[in-house]
Amino acid sequence: MSTLAVVPMLNYFGYLFDAANWKLSADNSIPVLLVQHLIYTLVAVLVSALIALPLGLLIGHTNRGAFIAIGLGNLGRSLPTFGLILLLVTMVGVGVVPVLVALTVLAIPPILAQTYAGIRSVDPAAVDAAVGMGMRPRQVLLDAEVPMALPLIFSGLRSALLQVVATATVAAYASLGGLGRLLVDGLSRNEYDQIFAGAILVALLAITLDYLSAAVERAVVSPGVRDTSRRRTRGSRRSAQTPVEDTETALSTPR
Amino acid sequence: MITFDAVTKAFPGGNVAVDDLSLELPTGQITVFVGPSGCGKTTSLRMINRTIEPTSGTISIDGEDVSAQDAALLRRKIGYVIQNAGLFPHRTIVDNIATVPLLNGVAKRQARERAAELLTRVGLDESLGSRYPNQLSGGQQQRVGVARALAADPPVMLMDEPFSAVDPIVRDGLQKEFLRLQSELGKTIAFVTHDIDEAIKLGDKVAIFRVGGHLAQIGSPQELLDDPADDFVADFVGRDRGFRGLGFVTAEKLEVEPVSAYTGRSSDGRLVLDGDGRPTGWAVEGRDELRALPASFTKEDTLRLVTDLAITSPAGAAVRVDADGMADGVVAHEAIARHLTALRRESER
Amino acid sequence: MITYISNNYHDIVADLVQHLWLALIPVVVGAVLALPVGYLAARRPALYQPIINLGGVIYSIPSLAVFLLIPVVIGVGVLSPLNVLLGLTLYTLALLARTVADALISVRGEVTEAAVALGYRPIRMLFGVELPMALPVLFAGLRVATVANISLVSVGALVGSGGLGNLFTSGFQLGFTEPIIIGIVLSMLLAVVFDVALVLIQRQLTPWSRAGGRA
Repeated sequence: MSTLAVVPMLNYFGYLFDAANWKLSADNSIPVLLVQHLIYTLVAVLVSALIALPLGLLIGHTNRGAFIAIGLGNLGRSLPTFGLILLLVTMVGVGVVPVLVALTVLAIPPILAQTYAGIRSVDPAAVDAAVGMGMRPRQVLLDAEVPMALPLIFSGLRSALLQVVATATVAAYASLGGLGRLLVDGLSRNEYDQIFAGAILVALLAITLDYLSAAVERAVVSPGVRDTSRRRTRGSRRSAQTPVEDTETALSTPR
Repeated sequence: MITFDAVTKAFPGGNVAVDDLSLELPTGQITVFVGPSGCGKTTSLRMINRTIEPTSGTISIDGEDVSAQDAALLRRKIGYVIQNAGLFPHRTIVDNIATVPLLNGVAKRQARERAAELLTRVGLDESLGSRYPNQLSGGQQQRVGVARALAADPPVMLMDEPFSAVDPIVRDGLQKEFLRLQSELGKTIAFVTHDIDEAIKLGDKVAIFRVGGHLAQIGSPQELLDDPADDFVADFVGRDRGFRGLGFVTAEKLEVEPVSAYTGRSSDGRLVLDGDGRPTGWAVEGRDELRALPASFTKEDTLRLVTDLAITSPAGAAVRVDADGMADGVVAHEAIARHLTALRRESER
Repeated sequence: MITYISNNYHDIVADLVQHLWLALIPVVVGAVLALPVGYLAARRPALYQPIINLGGVIYSIPSLAVFLLIPVVIGVGVLSPLNVLLGLTLYTLALLARTVADALISVRGEVTEAAVALGYRPIRMLFGVELPMALPVLFAGLRVATVANISLVSVGALVGSGGLGNLFTSGFQLGFTEPIIIGIVLSMLLAVVFDVALVLIQRQLTPWSRAGGRA
């Protein structure tokens, strides 16, 4: 294994600033890879949410099968996602579909666990009032419980989003497209400027997606429910989550 | 009128929360369910709007069996106020209040207008309407809870310890406001509390429950104080029943001595009036300054206040004033005691 | 499976050992660094949001990108284990600084007011009152960081320092599932073992939380 020696600063940006790499027509051009990465990410998160959100709502609302939600959440945190992707691909063969399936499945635990936690965190008095006032069960869930659970639900979604972006990056090793391609190819060719381009772009993509999802969260979540623990309050004031759960949820899944 | 007919609630596992309960809650009055923990008062309340279903027996509102109606629609016709308010944190105050009208299909603008009116009705400033519950104090949230229950103008209201979660001073204010509202609205109210003083203060009728879900006694506060059915009720109501009963009698029939009997005295405290005839204080021998009057009473005030004033005065007497605040009579402890004995004799005839 | 293990026993153990120090050193270093950073964020409200935000940004960057950008900053070769060590330390720091800050903020209240009234000075109070009270929260954060690190080390296989991740890559390249499965199982076992160990240590350090349960 040769070690890439330290390269003079100017050369880092070589790949990034080479116009040839930005041409849309080229096979592995940066825009193409970027779009691929985005598509894999969004598809995986969307499908995973379609499965995990209703399931989490159901488990939270009925409080049956809580062990599934919590257990899967814990499992998801300790699973080495990289290994799982490679295992699947080794068993089934290289291709977009197996990897996408793996990405989707791996995104389910955080969404499921946080959605469940969100519903459980809802003020029981508010739910009692909702039922007592004459809301039907579906209305209680959708108009009362869900809006109150949104902060935690969103933290699960954002966690899953970042996890998928990261796993899709390393999945390039299993021949997936996306920006990870630049990293993996650059590594095998010993071309640091390509690696650098890939790393910077992946980092920027992740940061941007995180920022955008935070903006969506701010827009969707009612100001009355926003997590007040971020404000500096005295210890005696109860916030919706303890700092531990906060840390766990905001930053829970490995990248 | 709400009627309980042999209602029983037995939970799986054997716990009987309510045992063969039969009683009537009169229309337009406040009936208070009171008792120690585990006596079934909250369970009974919740069976009215079917948030708990009875194991046997029937509950009817104005003759209609509640179990025969669609639960959700039934509840929209019953106001529901709970401890800690249970406001929706994700909705503004106005939208919280407008919840039931909106559920019933009322137009948003109309529902919000009515909500704003109700906000002022419960004693809050209209500007609070656009805020969120987490920006309001506990007492304010509780008022919003009441406004929310009133929004669809239901004939019946259920209130489960609505004032228990606030501090005593706020609670007192809320109770007074509540009585004022009720005098304007005349709803049929079922009110649960564990505080016998609150029950006596607020209830037109009070139902005392015993642990195990039995009704120990039901009657007006005066009846409970005067005539407890058994030791449990007597104990629950408290040892100072007699004194508390004074809160229900006014000073209308109380005979007073003329003011001059006290303004001319030299011993024990002399009453001092100002130029207009209003009482300013008691002059006590050996002291230069006047002892100010904590208050004076009018004919409409209760004997409890009068007795208290007499006790705290250096002359052992309370001063009565007329509508303009001018002293028109003085009454000594002994005279109050004689009056009470006469009242007691009269009521026993 | 058994044959694979017996044939490659030494490599597996070597990978396991590498995985251990690659995962644990960053936890320790990151935790130590997080104490002053978190303390600063807790005590200076103006710094709280920027520190937390910076941590959030760092944590959102995929690990492979971090491992590959560090060489630029510290001037080592791409395949040096320092990249993985530093990268994971950064993640741990980002995660735990927030935990420490939030924990210190949340323990302020009646107990600390009583401590001040008793005459505790700030440093003594920090180490004698606030940190002990914050232990449960801190340990919870440590557990999250440890498990996350154990999982992330395997990505380091792409840059030559992968611990058990080497089993993943060699399995993939050779088309064998056995090494991959072994790697996954061992990785998860490590996570469980360390999680339990941390819980036990926490119990030792917080005897008051156990006392309530006794008769």
